[in-house]
Amino acid sequence: MKYICLGYMEPNKFETMSESERNAMVDECFTYDDVLRKNGHFAGGEALQSSHTATTLRWNKGKVLVTDGPYAETKEQLGGILILEARDLNHAIQLMSKHPGVKAGPFEIRPAADLTDMIHQSEQRRSVAK
Amino acid sequence: MTGQVDEQIREKVECVYRAESGRILATLIRLLGDFDLAEDAVQDAFRAALERWPQEGVPTNPAAWLISTGRFKAIDAMRRRVRFDASQAAIGEQLYSDTTEALALDDESVHDDQLRLIFTCCHPALATEARVALTLREICGLTTEAIARAFLTGPSTLAQRIVRAKTKIREARIPYQVPGPAELPDRLDTVLQVIYLVFNEGYSASSGASLTRPDLSGEAIRLGRLLLELLTEPEVMGLLALMLLQESRRAARTSPSGDLILLENQDRSLWNRDQIAEGLTLVERALLSRRFGPYTLQAAIAAVHAEAADVASTDWAQIVALYTLLARAEPSPIIELNRAVAVAMRDGPAAGVDLIDAILARGDLADYHLAHSARADLCRRLGRRLEARASYERALALTQQEPERQFLQKRLQELG
Repeated sequence: MKYICLGYMEPNKFETMSESERNAMVDECFTYDDVLRKNGHFAGGEALQSSHTATTLRWNKGKVLVTDGPYAETKEQLGGILILEARDLNHAIQLMSKHPGVKAGPFEIRPAADLTDMIHQSEQRRSVAK
Repeated sequence: MTGQVDEQIREKVECVYRAESGRILATLIRLLGDFDLAEDAVQDAFRAALERWPQEGVPTNPAAWLISTGRFKAIDAMRRRVRFDASQAAIGEQLYSDTTEALALDDESVHDDQLRLIFTCCHPALATEARVALTLREICGLTTEAIARAFLTGPSTLAQRIVRAKTKIREARIPYQVPGPAELPDRLDTVLQVIYLVFNEGYSASSGASLTRPDLSGEAIRLGRLLLELLTEPEVMGLLALMLLQESRRAARTSPSGDLILLENQDRSLWNRDQIAEGLTLVERALLSRRFGPYTLQAAIAAVHAEAADVASTDWAQIVALYTLLARAEPSPIIELNRAVAVAMRDGPAAGVDLIDAILARGDLADYHLAHSARADLCRRLGRRLEARASYERALALTQQEPERQFLQKRLQELG
């Protein structure tokens, strides 16, 4: 079962680390990512550039409003996404508890939604419409 | 003659329900993979028993019969539904194909099923209030109305809470498992926390006119006993001991008019000696294991009180020592506060006030009424009446419980 793991972190945390601390953290994280890959648990993932680079689109008064910045100005910002393949929630918790990234900031773990039925029904509707 | 036999059988069914329905539910949840299906299956099985046992006789192993019957009825219901809902088909076929296999209904599996149920209901991925509600509903068998009443919530709010918890279990796929050895200590902690929360809700209601709700404390103790049967761990012993020792003082804790009576003023002849004896035995066993933790230490403190004939002959030095250990195991300002009160008993009120002032100076417990009422009491004993008055008034402003309010108001009047 797929679990989407959202890694959050305080934006300045990386900058305020010393170079050796930063390298250690990065190396630890990459090493663990490799462990997950090797064991078939890593189904995808991306690191995100800093939240300063974010742009948000919002529907407002009949059109799209484009603004600078992330969706929400929270203390911790989204830093990366990891798509985890695990047996069940306990397994997902076990795997992500060992991810060094959890020391840098919280991980939100959410089961991926299975849209198979929804997609199928939508395709049927759209093929009829043609 | 048939009427008499039927009556006996009906009583037998009720007896089996009281004794076994919990275990039966736990096993059916494993077999059917779903809480709601299992709950329906239990009801259907007992209904079937009422219909068939008068004719077929009471089976040699009633629980096994009920589990088997419940399971078949659930599978039947699902196969009927299959015609209308294709997604159920796979589940139904899977269950049907398990029919001829042994269902693992031996004692060990059933015992594990009960542990599975407890650990699932108390899973950390569920909100605390959801864990409490689910535990009381699925393990203690309380109705949602009873649970709602006990926690002063609306029944529909409570029902929603339980539905959402079961949905989360299903959709996030929280597995029906006993945690492995690596996870067990932390997971056991969450279970003990839930049980103690239920006990405290019954021991000292958070707001309102009545100080205690005995039924909840009774349920918590029953849960503790069940858990200890299933899992012989020192902290489980410690928690059960703590609850028994606290419960033993219930009759002495409030006056007939509902006033609060402090430990030091309680009529110890009203303490329940059976509960104390059981609590003391459990504490000793837990301490001997040397793997004990905070609950055992709290129970040990309660044990020192339970063994003392009165306040004066209480071994306050030992209580202070135990609080010191407890504060190390579980640093918390409230434990520090309790330790300060014990220090006051051992060394005099001034020593206690100093410790409490240090806690308050840090900004801790500023809104905790017991910190202020403890400080007030020690100031009163030292003759520092203005300070006592100020602290009693602060405490009064912070508590919602009627018996405590009346107690504080009386103290204020006595100060003059």
